[in-house]
Amino acid sequence: MTARHVLVVGAGPAGLAAARSALAAGAEVVLVDSAEEMGGQYHRVPPAAFGAAHPERLQHHWAPFTRLRRELRAHPRCTWWPETAVWALEPRDPGEQGPPRVHLLHGPADGSGRTRHVLAPDALVLAPGAHDRVLPFPGWELPGVFTAGAAQALAKGERIAVGERVLVAGSGPFLLPVAGSLLEAGAGVRAVLEANPARTLARGWGSRPWQLAAHLGKTGELRDYAGQLLRHRVPYRTGRAVVEARGTGRVEEVVTARLRPDWSVVPGSSRTLAVDALCVSHGFSPQLELPVAAGCALLPSPAGEFVRVDGEQRTSAEGVWAAGEITGIAGAPAARAEGALAGWYAAGGDRTARALPRLHQVRDQGRDFAARLARAHPIGAAWPGWLRPDTLVCRCEETDYAALCAAAREESGAAARTARLATRAGLGPCQARICGPTVGELRARLRGSAPDARDAEGLAAPSSHRRPLAQPLRLGELARAPAPPPPGHRADGGPGSVPPRDPGPELPDDPAP
Amino acid sequence: MCGTRSPVARAVVVGAGIVGAACARELARAGCAVTLVDRGGAASGTTAHGEGNILLSDKSPGPELELARLSRALWPPVLAEIAGSTPRGAALVRAVEWEPKGGLVVATTEAGAAGLARFAAGQRAAAVRCEPLDPAQTAAAEPFLTRAHRAVLHYPEDAQVQPAAAATALLADARAAGARLRTGCEVLGARTRGGRLTALHTTAGLLEADLFVNAAGPWAGSVAARLGAPVDVRPRRGDVLVTTPQPPTVFHKVYDADYVGAVGSDDSGLQTSAVVESTRAGSLLLGSSRRRVGFDDRLRPEVLAAIAAKAIRLFPALAAVPVMRAYGGFRPYVPDHLPVIGADPRLAGLWHAGGHEGAGIGLSLGTARLLRALILGTPAPLDPEPFRVDRPAVLGTAGPARDGAGAPGHGSSPEHPQHPGGTAQSATPAERKEGP
Ligand SMILES: Cc1cc2nc3c(=O)[nH]c(=O)nc-3n(C[C@H](O)[C@H](O)[C@H](O)COP(=O)(O)OP(=O)(O)OC[C@H]3O[C@@H](n4cnc5c(N)ncnc54)[C@H](O)[C@@H]3O)c2cc1C
Ligand SMILES: Cc1cc2nc3c(=O)[nH]c(=O)nc-3n(C[C@H](O)[C@H](O)[C@H](O)COP(=O)(O)OP(=O)(O)OC[C@H]3O[C@@H](n4cnc5c(N)ncnc54)[C@H](O)[C@@H]3O)c2cc1C
Repeated sequence: MTARHVLVVGAGPAGLAAARSALAAGAEVVLVDSAEEMGGQYHRVPPAAFGAAHPERLQHHWAPFTRLRRELRAHPRCTWWPETAVWALEPRDPGEQGPPRVHLLHGPADGSGRTRHVLAPDALVLAPGAHDRVLPFPGWELPGVFTAGAAQALAKGERIAVGERVLVAGSGPFLLPVAGSLLEAGAGVRAVLEANPARTLARGWGSRPWQLAAHLGKTGELRDYAGQLLRHRVPYRTGRAVVEARGTGRVEEVVTARLRPDWSVVPGSSRTLAVDALCVSHGFSPQLELPVAAGCALLPSPAGEFVRVDGEQRTSAEGVWAAGEITGIAGAPAARAEGALAGWYAAGGDRTARALPRLHQVRDQGRDFAARLARAHPIGAAWPGWLRPDTLVCRCEETDYAALCAAAREESGAAARTARLATRAGLGPCQARICGPTVGELRARLRGSAPDARDAEGLAAPSSHRRPLAQPLRLGELARAPAPPPPGHRADGGPGSVPPRDPGPELPDDPAP
Repeated sequence: MCGTRSPVARAVVVGAGIVGAACARELARAGCAVTLVDRGGAASGTTAHGEGNILLSDKSPGPELELARLSRALWPPVLAEIAGSTPRGAALVRAVEWEPKGGLVVATTEAGAAGLARFAAGQRAAAVRCEPLDPAQTAAAEPFLTRAHRAVLHYPEDAQVQPAAAATALLADARAAGARLRTGCEVLGARTRGGRLTALHTTAGLLEADLFVNAAGPWAGSVAARLGAPVDVRPRRGDVLVTTPQPPTVFHKVYDADYVGAVGSDDSGLQTSAVVESTRAGSLLLGSSRRRVGFDDRLRPEVLAAIAAKAIRLFPALAAVPVMRAYGGFRPYVPDHLPVIGADPRLAGLWHAGGHEGAGIGLSLGTARLLRALILGTPAPLDPEPFRVDRPAVLGTAGPARDGAGAPGHGSSPEHPQHPGGTAQSATPAERKEGP
């Protein structure tokens, strides 16, 4: 028997759990992340340079996390590659077995030249996570307006407080930890505004939400956050949103308004509030470019599209498993359970392993949690009512709402790709990562379903997730021939030849940390 | 046929790419009742997946150069007409980003320089404007270009458009002249009567007309087959890299004249040559590759790497510039590498306009003008013979395609010009239609 080579992309909660259980199943593992450290979004590690004295105070699950980090670093069958970005996945030729070849760039992103590597694993686990989704509103491009994730990264990672009078607004339970991190970092938080009314929240979470949360280890966290808000006298208001940010050169005040359940503004309910920073989040968009490049089928849901997986976290693409937020938004514990399953099955682990039923149970609870989360924090259909003709929709290319409407009206140029070239929305440096879902939604609203929304022979249907280059790279880096893979790993996709170095696979049953 | 005779002739154009849009516009302006159908959205096929070079520089004397010259002459007046014909016209034309910026062809080897000199002599004899630049002039024209060049030629007539916007403008003008556009409408088959095509079966029902134009780009072969009159139009994959917006670095269309043969392996016949150009938004477009892989659109990192290497050889400073996107499409080509424009001799009522390979954006206007003359029976603006449908390469009776990887030089007959650099295994005409 030879060990399977498993490549895990992303070292967040899902990827770490995947690496651990793939190792437990006897596989040779390469774990890559574009970041310098393991941890992903959840365990934003203060860079050593900032030397936080007590990171554990800012973090839940810190101790098990550092243990796992040590374990993976020391494991003889695990190769940990920090600062390594997957920039392309290259599907195999018809008839060829296995997952896509994985193209990597290794080295500091701002350095003068990263090296290129190509790996041909037996199995690929994708766990690239999600990023914040922010809906546009007038003034959202002003300095001082942060995505919640960016504000939290500053607070957690670099201990920077973004302001003294900060408003946190948007939708979703993640507003609470964000406010919490800001308070920890010494920021003043004026209020937390949840756009959905209390009724939507209650209906969405359904019966006994706390029992559900308890399963996922969430009650404690949420209680801590709520306690923190209380202690700091930070009000939490539902059914209210920021509909405009104003200021010269920087955000100085915001206009908030009461919302109906569909997020239309209740007339006469606007108030202005002086702030020096605004943090917004309207949920998360999964990073789907890698799964799409690998050929994984997506699953539409009310909360957007996610990667479709089966009970074993296997995607529709041969040899590709998916875990974490690319399959649904349910927080770190669910991501860990998915990762543990994905890694185990990707490594060819024993289907009768004792720990599996428990992991499956946690994962299923995570899926239930994701569904409730989506119901409790939907994006109201009437949000475009906030937009003005001159509101920027794509910040990179400075495309405003009026331009988008004009393109949608231009019958001769209305096809998605043509309109994109015409309005330039999504063509800038972020490559539609930020505005893609928004533009897609606005287009659908303005035009109904587009005739080019399906594949033509040879040309994939336009999709805001299609980014054949998953990461930007310098021409010089691209032009250089690939360097060899790490010792013991293959670049050619031939049969594996590395014998397992320690037998006796056993799957740990706690998906933590 | 249209307009002059009554009742008004009804024309259906299949394919709303730039060629279909240009044909619809000409026929509508000639008085036909035009319906333009596309199975997808307008201008969303090849036209939105390539580049917009409008070149004379890469064409050697022969029918394609004549078509290119006719087209090049048509672009400014046609855009002016569109700008003036409707209130939205000016905005549509602004979006076309017409830039007659001129082209620079750069040879970086002695052999390349000699080949380029020969090639240019032939072009000059055919009245293509083409001026050698000395190193000082070159440095002034392109300050960031490699100094390691052996010869540089300036082609002032080369120009550039944003292709999807150009197609959109043509299409909007066609509609202003009465053409109807039906998107999401796929052609499935033919209804014929007495050897004449009388209607198309489509996903939106039966479309009757007096004449039908197959402008389905790389899918023209499959459309023609569905109509019972197959033509041998094939796809040829090309990939393009897009950089993040840059301060002005590249001022002309710059491409290399040193065609090395197939770089890659396999029988896919990968060929790359650098075409570097800036766009109005500041991004640089780096093209491009040529591979015969059918309709396989899988990303090939090594193809992109080859494009990057060639671009850096021309502009060493680009090594530090980030690429943010890659895209590609399928050039429609006929094995003898000439477009097919004219009536189908096997099925009355069917016309073809396609097979422009890597030059369909530039050649669209001349193609439409020629097709209109052929349909109306008015004097043709150039000799239509070389583009006729019943040539062996189009009808698929020519035997194996003469486009095999590394198929050694087709010589330099007018049909198989050899562009700059011409080493034995260098470019067939196909290898260079959108520049190199
Ligand atoms: C502001 C905020 C607050 C949160 N608060 C909580 C909370 O209190 N409780 C809770 O349970 N959850 C919370 N979450 C959610 C939690 O962070 C996620 O559920 C969890 O991190 C998801 O894990 P993941 O492994 O799927 O993805 P991530 O943690 O996002 O990890 C993905 C990793 O993949 C890497 N990656 C992505 N693309 C590539 C590529 N192409 N090449 C190489 N590497 C790549 C990234 O660098 C990243 O490290 C919060 C999230 C945010 C943003
Ligand atoms: C990478 C690359 C770079 C290029 N660079 C240049 C350049 O610099 N300069 C230049 O001049 N040219 C260039 N080209 C070539 C140019 O893009 C093409 O020659 C041109 O776009 C062809 O236009 P078309 O209208 O014939 O085809 P298309 O734009 O493909 O239009 C054909 C249409 O037919 C439709 N269709 C297909 N089948 C059916 C059916 N059964 N029923 C209904 N509709 C159907 C399709 O949906 C499509 O919209 C390049 C091409 C590529 C791929």
